[in-house]
Amino acid sequence: MLKLERVGKTYPNGVHALERFSAEIRQGEIVAIIGGSGCGKSTLLRAIAGLDRASSGSVVLDDITISAPHEKIGIIFQEPRLLPWLSVADNIGFGLGDRPRSERDARVAAALARVGLADKAKAWPRELSGGQAQRVAIARALVPRPEVLLLDEPFSALDAFTRRDLQDHLLDLWADTRPTLILVTHDVDEAVVLADRVLVMRPRPGRLFEQIIINLARPRDRNSELFDSFKRRVLTALDRSLDRSVPDADPKSTAGEAMWW
Amino acid sequence: MLMTLETTASAATDTPTATAPAGRWRRFARPVLGLLLPVGLALIWEAVVAAGWSNGRLVPPPSKVFATITELARSGELIRHITATMTRVGAGFALGVVAGTLFGAVSGYWGLARRLLDPTVQALRAIPSIAWVPLFILWLGIFETSKIALIAVGVFFPVYLGVMGAILSVDRKIVEVGRTFRLSGPAMIRRILLPAVLPAYVVSLRVGLGLGWMFVVAAEFMGASEGLGYLLIDGQQLGKPAQILAAIVIFAILGKTTDWLIEISSAPLLRWQDAFRPGGEG
Repeated sequence: MLKLERVGKTYPNGVHALERFSAEIRQGEIVAIIGGSGCGKSTLLRAIAGLDRASSGSVVLDDITISAPHEKIGIIFQEPRLLPWLSVADNIGFGLGDRPRSERDARVAAALARVGLADKAKAWPRELSGGQAQRVAIARALVPRPEVLLLDEPFSALDAFTRRDLQDHLLDLWADTRPTLILVTHDVDEAVVLADRVLVMRPRPGRLFEQIIINLARPRDRNSELFDSFKRRVLTALDRSLDRSVPDADPKSTAGEAMWW
Repeated sequence: MLMTLETTASAATDTPTATAPAGRWRRFARPVLGLLLPVGLALIWEAVVAAGWSNGRLVPPPSKVFATITELARSGELIRHITATMTRVGAGFALGVVAGTLFGAVSGYWGLARRLLDPTVQALRAIPSIAWVPLFILWLGIFETSKIALIAVGVFFPVYLGVMGAILSVDRKIVEVGRTFRLSGPAMIRRILLPAVLPAYVVSLRVGLGLGWMFVVAAEFMGASEGLGYLLIDGQQLGKPAQILAAIVIFAILGKTTDWLIEISSAPLLRWQDAFRPGGEG
């Protein structure tokens, strides 16, 4: 269980990026965080990752308060951020530096095969396409078997075809060990196809505006009417989140969606 | 279709068989192209002197320069001079690199040290290094120590700047990857900073070595009884242009060879670089 308790962040330059954001996320749940630019999505993710400390509130994972990067939490960024001087295999094994060589090699080989890049083990990152590089980044984050995997707009730099491919692939990988996934995105389609729950944020300062539970069975058909209706709900919520005249959902209530639908 | 295109494209860039014709071109034809102009000019000059159109006294023909070199080599003089110069460059370069790397690393890694140290170093850098010569002679005498000190000063600044600049420009996003995997300070240095800094470091070593060769001549001009710089001064004072040209040619060969040694020995560590093309400079 990941508990976000009134997480707030004010940057040293005075920008109030995030305000008392609270949520409880079950182990193995897939949560998408969506919102307009400047709504504090990435700030929130970095606070959960322990990369930036929240200025108020706390992030608690299984009774551990997160204030610095933790081994149970992995993160995938918008860019693959592979280390250019390491081969693909060594990049994937980067987080296993403290394990014995044989175990590391075995886990890296398994991960390479799982993301379909076994033939690229010895390649340099520069030799990969954008989609391949992001798959390596996913493998690198998953190899240490995190309980929580954070994804910061992981597919936004990819073309539509590769993006869909990787979304499906991510779900496959998720099914292996079922980590909690928290995905920041600005792509409504992506949020609805992946998430159990979509948290819509509103900007300046970033706050939780509304949450929408996507109770659709997987694999989800992107062309079904039900899928479309969920997309419409998220879109409507997004539109309302940008409208200053609409009051915030009470951040203490987790039944926020009942207020609107 | 997309996949096949992709794999053939990558195969063409990294398998040796596919690049063999292009590689052969690069290895042989390009250096030959580069040699065309100097060798052509030398041959023309040789012919001009042989035909008697010029006496070649002030600009001796290549054959005479070559004869001077072989003569110096036969008498053992050449080895003595080369050894003296190489020893000075080697010692000065080693000192300069060690000091430049240490100070550069401290300044780059530690903000307080940078604010304390860097303004002074930058001010010292603004002084033309040759200006130190009289002081070094007073302090360190006219023998080897002052010469090595001058060379070390010349090597220090590019290495210092290169190391500090490289550390300061390491991509924050890559450092963040290290943080997410909870690397300790030493592990962060070893696994992220060192490899990230290496390409710029090699460049600064090569610049430093170039300056080392420059300063050894200045050092040997200020009174030396052996060394290639001594050959230059000696040739000027005794009116032996062939000896001056011989020393210049040897400087060129040594300078290029030592630079090439750095390039070659660092190449295996830099194969990952996108822009690095082994042999591309040849």
